Amino acid sequence: MNSKLISNISRFVILIFLQVLILNNINFAGYINPYLYVLFILLYPFTGNQSLFLFVSFLLGVSIDIFEDSGGINAAACLVAAFIRPNLLRFSFGISYDHQNIRLANTPFGSKVSYVFLMVLVHHFVLFSLEMFSLNHILLILKKTIFSSIFTVILVLLSLTLFSRKYR
Amino acid sequence: MQQIFNFLIRNKNSILFLLLFAVSVFLTIQNHAFHKSRFISSANVVTGGVYGWANGVNTYLHLDEYNERLLEENNKLRNMISDLNDSISIEKQLDSTSFEGDYLFRTAQVINNNFAKTDNYLTLNRGASSGINPEFGVITSQGIVGIIDRVNNDYARVISILNSRSRINAQLKKTNHFGSLIWDGKDPNIVQLIDVPRQAPVQKGDTIITGGRSLIFPKGLPVGKILDFSLDETQSYYTINIELFNDMTNIGYVYVIENVNKEAIQELQEINEQ
Repeated sequence: MNSKLISNISRFVILIFLQVLILNNINFAGYINPYLYVLFILLYPFTGNQSLFLFVSFLLGVSIDIFEDSGGINAAACLVAAFIRPNLLRFSFGISYDHQNIRLANTPFGSKVSYVFLMVLVHHFVLFSLEMFSLNHILLILKKTIFSSIFTVILVLLSLTLFSRKYR
Repeated sequence: MQQIFNFLIRNKNSILFLLLFAVSVFLTIQNHAFHKSRFISSANVVTGGVYGWANGVNTYLHLDEYNERLLEENNKLRNMISDLNDSISIEKQLDSTSFEGDYLFRTAQVINNNFAKTDNYLTLNRGASSGINPEFGVITSQGIVGIIDRVNNDYARVISILNSRSRINAQLKKTNHFGSLIWDGKDPNIVQLIDVPRQAPVQKGDTIITGGRSLIFPKGLPVGKILDFSLDETQSYYTINIELFNDMTNIGYVYVIENVNKEAIQELQEINEQ
């Protein structure tokens, strides 16, 4: 339990620094940035206190917002992603989530991708909608959401593969 | 009563979600209101420190480029001095109306720069302890960068011209027709000048400079050149696309401009309005 806590805290800190110091400066093709820090929300233990999870996700978003000078957009996006995570987990993993015995590393590739992709899509859509803050730019919002999502999903899947522990 | 508590406990996650969501939307809206983003900004000790440290590494890697830019600017200034020497005897007699000495320049280093979002900010490594205050202008040797919006003791935040809330007075170089400089959020090299009257002789390739109507920038700083232009819906004003002289994606050192006479001018204008 204790090692889980420590690994989550260190993941929280490392992802924030990785995001604000490196990933925010990529600006591929002018505006496409990966938001790898959602990895924290994806990997947070599936069982456990849901209220604490919501609060920690909010904290993660606010920390990114302070660095980016973006008000509360990342906080809102993280919060929405965290809130609907149980539903998406049930959608992607079905029966094995209901029995609470899944490990992300051991799940079939297809359902893993669908879980990651849906979470990232929801997060990015809220993020860019709040960033633009107007319906006139709905096309630009969708464009940014799609392209950034693809970038993020690729990075998330790569880091899941790189840092997963298959044993046990 | 019991039922109310039961309801609250059963739905505590949804309630917490709604509460925190309201907070974040509140922060977002507040950030959208010009000059009101009080609570959250990158001009604080922790984020400023982190960005300052990261920038130390980055600056070292770009030393060559910065040196080259300084050389270029030195060269330009030297040329200006030699030009001045020729005309200095005439200048002296006209001196009573000249604007020299009304603006104070300070140097600062950009430690964080955004340009990919719709509302972009920069963070500088100088703050109130170096005499920097909100509403000071920020420029480089090539063009304008933005306006200071928040300061603390050691760091300052700049509203970039690449921000949907930035409006800066600018004009054509060859005539005095002026308009407002805004950004549509698309290309970080191209900004828009709106509300230029139809009578203005707008031509592709013409230079745009800052107008002296705001109290922030002195008149005549270079901004960019005209890329293309069109009339707006009312058919009476031009909307002009301007290619910036300044590469907003690559800014190292900047100058912060203080208008020394600002308060005096503002006082006079207030009298006018009454």
